[in-house]
Amino acid sequence: MFAEWQFIALFVLLAPILPGAPIIINRLLGPHKPNYIKQQTYECGIETVGDTWVQFKVQYYIYALVFVIFDIEAVFLFPIAAAFGQLGVFAIGATVLFVFLLADGLAYAWSRGVLEWV
Amino acid sequence: MNIAELFPKLLDLTVFDYLRSVWGNAPWVEVVLDIIAILTVSTFALLLVFLLGWTERKVLARMQDRIGPNRVGGRFGQLQMVADVVKMMTKEMIIPAGADRIAYFAAPILSLMTSLLLFAVLPFAPGLIGVDLNVGVFYVLSISSVSVVALLLAGWGSNNKYALLGAFRSVAQLVSYEVPMILSILVPILLARSMSTVGLVEAQPIPFFFYAPLSAVIFFVASLAETGRSPFDLLEAESEIIAGFHTEYTGMVFGLFMAAEYIGIIFMSALFVTAYWSGYRLFGLENVVLNGLQLGRILGFLVIAGKTAVVFFLFMWIRATLPRFRIDQLLNFGWKFLVPLSIVLIFVVVILDKVLVEVGLVGGSNEVVRMGIHLVSNLLIGWATIEILRRRAKTARQDYEAEAAARDAARVTAPAHAD
Amino acid sequence: MAEQITFIIGSILALGAGFIVVTNRNLFHGALALMISFLGVAAIYLSLDAGFLAAAQLLIYIGAISILIIFAIMLTRRMMQTTEDPFNSQFLLALAASVTVFAILFSAIVYVWPLTASNSVPLAAKTAVADAVLQDTVVNLGSAFVGADGYVIPFELASILLLAAMVGAIIVAWPKPEDVA
Repeated sequence: MFAEWQFIALFVLLAPILPGAPIIINRLLGPHKPNYIKQQTYECGIETVGDTWVQFKVQYYIYALVFVIFDIEAVFLFPIAAAFGQLGVFAIGATVLFVFLLADGLAYAWSRGVLEWV
Repeated sequence: MNIAELFPKLLDLTVFDYLRSVWGNAPWVEVVLDIIAILTVSTFALLLVFLLGWTERKVLARMQDRIGPNRVGGRFGQLQMVADVVKMMTKEMIIPAGADRIAYFAAPILSLMTSLLLFAVLPFAPGLIGVDLNVGVFYVLSISSVSVVALLLAGWGSNNKYALLGAFRSVAQLVSYEVPMILSILVPILLARSMSTVGLVEAQPIPFFFYAPLSAVIFFVASLAETGRSPFDLLEAESEIIAGFHTEYTGMVFGLFMAAEYIGIIFMSALFVTAYWSGYRLFGLENVVLNGLQLGRILGFLVIAGKTAVVFFLFMWIRATLPRFRIDQLLNFGWKFLVPLSIVLIFVVVILDKVLVEVGLVGGSNEVVRMGIHLVSNLLIGWATIEILRRRAKTARQDYEAEAAARDAARVTAPAHAD
Repeated sequence: MAEQITFIIGSILALGAGFIVVTNRNLFHGALALMISFLGVAAIYLSLDAGFLAAAQLLIYIGAISILIIFAIMLTRRMMQTTEDPFNSQFLLALAASVTVFAILFSAIVYVWPLTASNSVPLAAKTAVADAVLQDTVVNLGSAFVGADGYVIPFELASILLLAAMVGAIIVAWPKPEDVA
């Protein structure tokens, strides 16, 4: 069991090298002459006004929130799907109830207009 | 180990089995083999970027009645991508003023890293896979959800309003389409009763596409959106937010984002093939053994490569054909169409498949009957969906026309302007 | 062996990044450090042979909760200009509270699962039978969720809890229907 994940663990340790190497090579090969004008951010050719990190709409937060709920419910569904062959009628009923509650949450969010992008 | 024996093993892709038999069972052997496998898989994925980047430019050009790359490396511009990489490597790396350097450099690294990590669980051929995790598909979903963080890092680190805005929009898009993707891939997992990618392939004597075409279509659309491809390419909508989250990236750092995008597309095509089109299987071709050579492995590899190429062509075709969605249309399409439909599909598959198991119509020669019943249920749901959509579109159109007529009437009665 | 290395790396990541979270002034960097801390926890799950939990940790905590936190940061204004010292007047109080909680948890674990010779079998000594059982953890988990002799009531309650959380959050954060119209 752990031997399988050992591959993933090694991969996670090795993976940053592959994108890291081109960045270092680029830094070594490319010229490096920074100046004030060059380093200005490009915002449609107009000079930057004000702070970049401004306040965002609550909409994004609500979307992320609905997503989190669905994500967690999906995580519960995956082991059930893998065990589907061994489940009895009772268990299928419980699964259907669970999916129904999931659908209920979506219906509520929909009816309240949360999914409306404005 | 001798080289003469190694060569035929290379030919039928059983080098690792051979090396295991030679080096024995010591713990370090597995670590060394793992590292070789990791480097092979990653290099393979990165080299594919060269091939597919060139193919896409050539195919898109032909679709738009252009010629495309035709200078570098010969008549067909075969070395165009190599030249591009050399160019990007020698460009100056311009870091915008006031950038958050940690986030700025972590973003491309994380982006490419997660794309490469996906390939760990992709079955290339029978027995040829990085590692066959028992939670393979779930691993893929979790890794690709981590890649969303890279966009936020890039947007935040660039100190650019458009980059930040683009990143936030992209994240809203990606998380919205992750839900239908997760829910639709549940259907093949339910049918196969296994989360491992190899388990999915082994459970498909008949490709799952014929059991659940609707789920396959939802997954395909969601994977278009997850990889940020047209018509869901709001991640880099030039006319609205410059280049989105990678506006401020130059040289190879930008190249890494492009590589990550291509690798993501290749992987999503391959996963689609694995989950719905029986991966490396094709009429038993994957089990051919000829004169002791495991020819099936190389054939299986060619089969999955061919299938993936077809799906990738579909990606390119859609890119050349469809215009871009608006952000509200995109999110509505995801939340109000794909998510409810995939929930309905889960309901139907759970209940129907359980009934089929109770009746005894699963496995063996009954598999065709099972497929037929699932297919009919999918066709019925598809027909009902289209009918509902048509009715809704009709009422919406009538409302709109009534509104327009009322506006026209108001214009006629109102006094005309002097101009 | 590999389990121990994973555990050590995981704990270093979780604790080190956690320390950065509480001492850092930049909220965004704090959120990033929190993600690394979550990654460390995922590594600890791996060292316990709980691959599914580790993947779920990535999917939910890094892929969803962290993004929610970053969105929440973007909703608050002027988060870049926090000048408050992380070690303010409540520092000692907070330290005392966390030490107490740690002591309670630690003693509870030590008393409930004392490390005796019988149950302190090193991980490496697992038998082939145990491995075969572990192979099916995900299937066992799935059956335990909804099986008649499993945890079906807590499972459905969790679903209702999530539904309630979503409804509650929408009611709190979303303008009332009459305001929208």
